[in-house]
Amino acid sequence: MVTSVMIVGVGGQGSLLASKILGKAAMDKGYDVKVSEVHGMSQRGGSVVTYVRFGDKVNSPIIDKGGADYIISFELLEAARYVEFLKPGGQIVTSSQQIDPMPVIAGTAEYPTGLIEKMEEAGAKVDAIDALSLAEQAGSSKASNIVLMGRFSKYITDISREEWDKVIETTVPPKFLEMNKKAFELGVNA
Amino acid sequence: MKELMLGNKAVARGLYEAGVCVASSYPGTPSTETTEEAAKFEEIYCEWAPNEKVAMETAYGASRAGKRSYCAMKHVGLNVAADPLFTISYTGVNAGMVILVADDPGMHSSQNEQDSRHYAIAAKMPMLEPSDSQEAKDFIKLAYDMSEQFDVPVLFKMCTRVAHSQSVVELGERTEVPVKEYVKDAGKYVMVPANAKKRHPIVEERTLKLIEFAETSPINRIEDGSDKSMGIITSSTSYQYVKEVFGDKYPVLKIGLINPLPVKKIKDFAASVDKLAVVEELDPIIENHCKALGLEVTGKDILPLIDEFSQGLIAKALGEPEAPSCKGIAGLPGRPPAMCAGCPHRGMFYVLSKNKITVLGDIGCYTLGATPPLCAIDTTECMGASISSLHGFNKALGASSEKNTVAVIGDSTFMHSGMTGLANIAYNQTNSTVIILDNSITGMTGHQQNPTTGFNLRGDPAGKIDLEALVRSMGINRVRVVDPYNLAEAEQAVKEELQAEEPSVIISRRPCALLKNVKRQPAIKVNPDRCKSCKACMKLGCPAISFKDGHAKVDATQCFGCKVCSELCKFGAFETMEGETIKW
Repeated sequence: MVTSVMIVGVGGQGSLLASKILGKAAMDKGYDVKVSEVHGMSQRGGSVVTYVRFGDKVNSPIIDKGGADYIISFELLEAARYVEFLKPGGQIVTSSQQIDPMPVIAGTAEYPTGLIEKMEEAGAKVDAIDALSLAEQAGSSKASNIVLMGRFSKYITDISREEWDKVIETTVPPKFLEMNKKAFELGVNA
Repeated sequence: MKELMLGNKAVARGLYEAGVCVASSYPGTPSTETTEEAAKFEEIYCEWAPNEKVAMETAYGASRAGKRSYCAMKHVGLNVAADPLFTISYTGVNAGMVILVADDPGMHSSQNEQDSRHYAIAAKMPMLEPSDSQEAKDFIKLAYDMSEQFDVPVLFKMCTRVAHSQSVVELGERTEVPVKEYVKDAGKYVMVPANAKKRHPIVEERTLKLIEFAETSPINRIEDGSDKSMGIITSSTSYQYVKEVFGDKYPVLKIGLINPLPVKKIKDFAASVDKLAVVEELDPIIENHCKALGLEVTGKDILPLIDEFSQGLIAKALGEPEAPSCKGIAGLPGRPPAMCAGCPHRGMFYVLSKNKITVLGDIGCYTLGATPPLCAIDTTECMGASISSLHGFNKALGASSEKNTVAVIGDSTFMHSGMTGLANIAYNQTNSTVIILDNSITGMTGHQQNPTTGFNLRGDPAGKIDLEALVRSMGINRVRVVDPYNLAEAEQAVKEELQAEEPSVIISRRPCALLKNVKRQPAIKVNPDRCKSCKACMKLGCPAISFKDGHAKVDATQCFGCKVCSELCKFGAFETMEGETIKW
């Protein structure tokens, strides 16, 4: 059994840290793990995707259409963009935050409405939370990624809260540890 | 001990364990982290060279001197370093030398999709190709042993999905390798025709020995399968996709040494199965080798020559059922990459776009100046081409283009291969206007130092080339520095230099907004009562500005406080958070 998770968002939102936390948590649990990231040009405000796969034996580091069990999204439009990568009935955990892409800023497109309903119609289960407000509540708007990881942790029942905390302790800089722990907690309870 | 490791970090770990002492590279996605991670080991001297040719020659020098050495580059970087590549294949090495080249199928961050395996064949060098992080580390160590055993630099081919994927790696210890004494040997090291003629047969004999090695080495391994109706030959990340789809169903010949390829091993494998398939990204290298051996094989007849593969793509091509999925949502707006909020390049591109100037572009973050709404850049090919092709453009069209055409190039790219183009302008004289977009860092690849920044790879103080002095010493008399946040100043400079009857260089200088030592200014906001909805500020294409409820709106989380937008507002609608109108 392999669990396949896509972490999507807008370049600069912290998907690399989120994938690092999930990858490490899975590895500490004794799973084989593969994580695939994108660096370089697409990081500059573009749509970014990170794949995390864990299980007894993982071969491919990437996820195809119909291959994802979960999508964690830092931005609503990005969650919708990748919905066809989900298995039917797969779970989306998304921030309700909306960031206008350049075509919307340039006035050639509009930010779509009713995205949560559209994702549900497409066959996905959607768990949308206001991760940005919760992150601000924790002390930094940049901690949305950790809030969402907290929320997502509820779906991965075999990794305990203590195990997640341990990974956060070893992945984030000490001076931001308390803030990140709070962000994770707020995500769990959202 | 085990660690979840990026492929590129595993390469660096391999360098450490293999006793490598000197690494010289030029940054390029997806190869950059190999050298950055190697720099974390005190035992390895690591540097950023001005370009890949210099990096390769530096590494070669270290190998000849007797220490194991390394250089890394992206696929297009190997084009720059191709000159030494072909000749050091003749000279061979003293201590082991590895040249890493990282391909980018799918062009996540590249201008073309070339297949670097052709270089291994053309330069007659062995090339190894790992399929995950553990292999990346193990193959690096093998590469150094092979380099010394066969007296040849070894090419090491990565691709985006191996370089930028993390998988579990078992760590080992470093083995120190004694220095090999350098002995003068003109026949081996002085490649004048008489000596090179004697070296070429040695190269051909070496290839025969390498083929023998390929036949027996476990680096090319057969994994048995239960269903012999098909056998699959594959390598690199494609191997992982094949195993993902078929598990142990079909026998697999997994190639780790992509050049030279084995002969007997492939023939025997083909004979053991009913049908032979080759699964490889980009060009049919293994496939053509099989065909040359007279084998019937399926490959590029069912698999694409373009883009990267995935397990789904391979499954479909080989007749497996498609996985069911959620439905896609049509009609969503795209999200292409864009220049960051506060990016110093934006102001200069606004000026160029506003004045309808033809802009010959180059390689870096600033290539994003080609994207809407600014659409400022007309051309992009390769490192340095902006300047040299501007000279050609102006030679062809004369004054009519000289007064309306510029080259834009970053500080790092200028040091890489812009200088020679400028030398041509200074020497053969066109009234060309070159704009050096000096953001004081190599931006796109993730903030690497370069010869103009004053710091080395480790961030310690280093030699610093003064761009103004350099350009003047090359014979350019008109050199001026502008702040691209100041649109009026930038516009005046561009207009005046385009009119000048001699070559000129404008240095548009402001550090990248993402640099740690660059202080973010307080965000600004729009006073909706003053905003007349003219959308002049929207022309900048700043991701922090959007148009909501009939007015421009600044996203305070993204705003960098550069205030360039306020320069475009005729109505003084931009204010500080305290409500003070921003004046220029």
